[in-house]
Amino acid sequence: MKKKYSIFSLAKNALSGHKDWPKMWRSPEPREFYDVIIIGGGGHGLGTAYYLAKEHGLTNIAVIEKGWLGGGNTGRNTTIIRSNYLWDDSAHLYEHSLKLWENLSSELNYNVMFSQRGVMNLAHNEHDIKEIKRRVSANNLNGIDSFWLSKEEIQKKVPIMNTDNLRYPVLGASYQPRGGVARHDAIAWGFAMRADEMGVDIIQNCEAHQIRTKNGTIEGVETSKGFLRANKIGVVASGHTGVLAESAGIRLPLQSKPLQALVSEPIKPIIDTVVMSSAVHAYVSQSDKGELVIGAGTDSYNSFTQRGGFDIIEDTIRAMVELYPVFGKMKMLRQWGGIVDICPDASPIISKCDIEGLFFNCGWGTGGFKATPGSANVFAHTIAKNEPHQINSAFNLDRFASGRLVDEHGAAAVAH
Amino acid sequence: MLIINCPYCGPRDQSEFSNGGEAHVKRPDGSKEIGDREWGEYVFIRANPKGLFYERWVHTHGCRKWFNCVRDTSTDEILVTYKLDEKKPNLNNFKSVVKTPSGEPEVGSGNFTVEK
Repeated sequence: MKKKYSIFSLAKNALSGHKDWPKMWRSPEPREFYDVIIIGGGGHGLGTAYYLAKEHGLTNIAVIEKGWLGGGNTGRNTTIIRSNYLWDDSAHLYEHSLKLWENLSSELNYNVMFSQRGVMNLAHNEHDIKEIKRRVSANNLNGIDSFWLSKEEIQKKVPIMNTDNLRYPVLGASYQPRGGVARHDAIAWGFAMRADEMGVDIIQNCEAHQIRTKNGTIEGVETSKGFLRANKIGVVASGHTGVLAESAGIRLPLQSKPLQALVSEPIKPIIDTVVMSSAVHAYVSQSDKGELVIGAGTDSYNSFTQRGGFDIIEDTIRAMVELYPVFGKMKMLRQWGGIVDICPDASPIISKCDIEGLFFNCGWGTGGFKATPGSANVFAHTIAKNEPHQINSAFNLDRFASGRLVDEHGAAAVAH
Repeated sequence: MLIINCPYCGPRDQSEFSNGGEAHVKRPDGSKEIGDREWGEYVFIRANPKGLFYERWVHTHGCRKWFNCVRDTSTDEILVTYKLDEKKPNLNNFKSVVKTPSGEPEVGSGNFTVEK
């Protein structure tokens, strides 16, 4: 039965002490055979299952997840959503996603708490100014809302920012008003619930060990709950995608690194937009609970420890305290790392490969959360039709042979 | 943060070093004959194991010399560092704590080296 959420269901369940809420999804034992198996129960994977069922009429689908839903990078990012990318291919992909975000709460009838509070990208030197103005113009040509803010306008929007008295003064910024933040768990849970209602099996605590192939065609996947046969497999395992690909004999151009973030103790509302700075590497927004959510950088070396180096945190905190002296005496509550898979061109791979029936959605690097619905939507199309959607056709594996890269390293408005 | 044993200077803080990615990558022979695909693989694809990994480091803020290293990427434990002209150590000499392709070591990622 379709679960409905409203002020009335909230009031009704409040009367019974919130003890009678129905389970959001079943927890079935895996069947022997599925048309499609999605490996990875994060937002991208669950969304793929949702769109496969909703838009392509496939329902014999399983999503297998080694831990709990949304416990990987979906739950480990800073939830920033924007689409102000430089290159056309990226802009179309992320804008597709942003448009889906805008309607997602009502489509899923589940509040993903998408808050379009605007995203600012700071310029700290002459070169930044030129790069950012160029990006703003490129965005405008692609129909994306984006404009240049002067220092005075920034000061008005974020009065707590120290714009002048620091090593890298703030000279201006790009601003995308439709950007913002969303609730990380809600996107995973919302997709999971609606996919489950359409018959998708969501299987948690089921770790994929090895992808089995025969004569260049997919056979299935060995998991901790036995061997599951499948016609098609979509791998959406972020940092561990390369490890799984290797088990099928495919080498992907990915390097896995920890990306860190941290949150402070909760305080009263103090910053009502998202501010990112790639030059001094600090970005910040304030959660609805009042915590500052601070994004740091990746380690320079490959690692699968979901922890990251302390020097990275030091760098970010140094920049934060310089930009916002008012935060100087705050305490940090939690710090964590997520394992991101980075492509040589810092753009994702949403592609089929040499093995018939095997698909990859990976390489999102440091910016996958914002793309969740868009990525899932075009990946579902790619799996169902065996052909990429127009939007993700540039993000194929062949680009590493043809040289047609989508080089977003310096262009994506934030350092990787 | 890692403590890295530079083969020339001894143990130093990681912030003195820069990482150089996978070690022992061989440039393919016959660059005129090989196709775009093989060439692309050489340019773009590097090993990315969860477990034992041959990698390069350079002591940027020290002796500025390059050297190689075997590190367990699931725990960040550095098993050996060696000079560029030394033989590549056999990975069978080291015990990897990773049990499954995507598994975590028993003590929890990262805590392993602390525990030790």
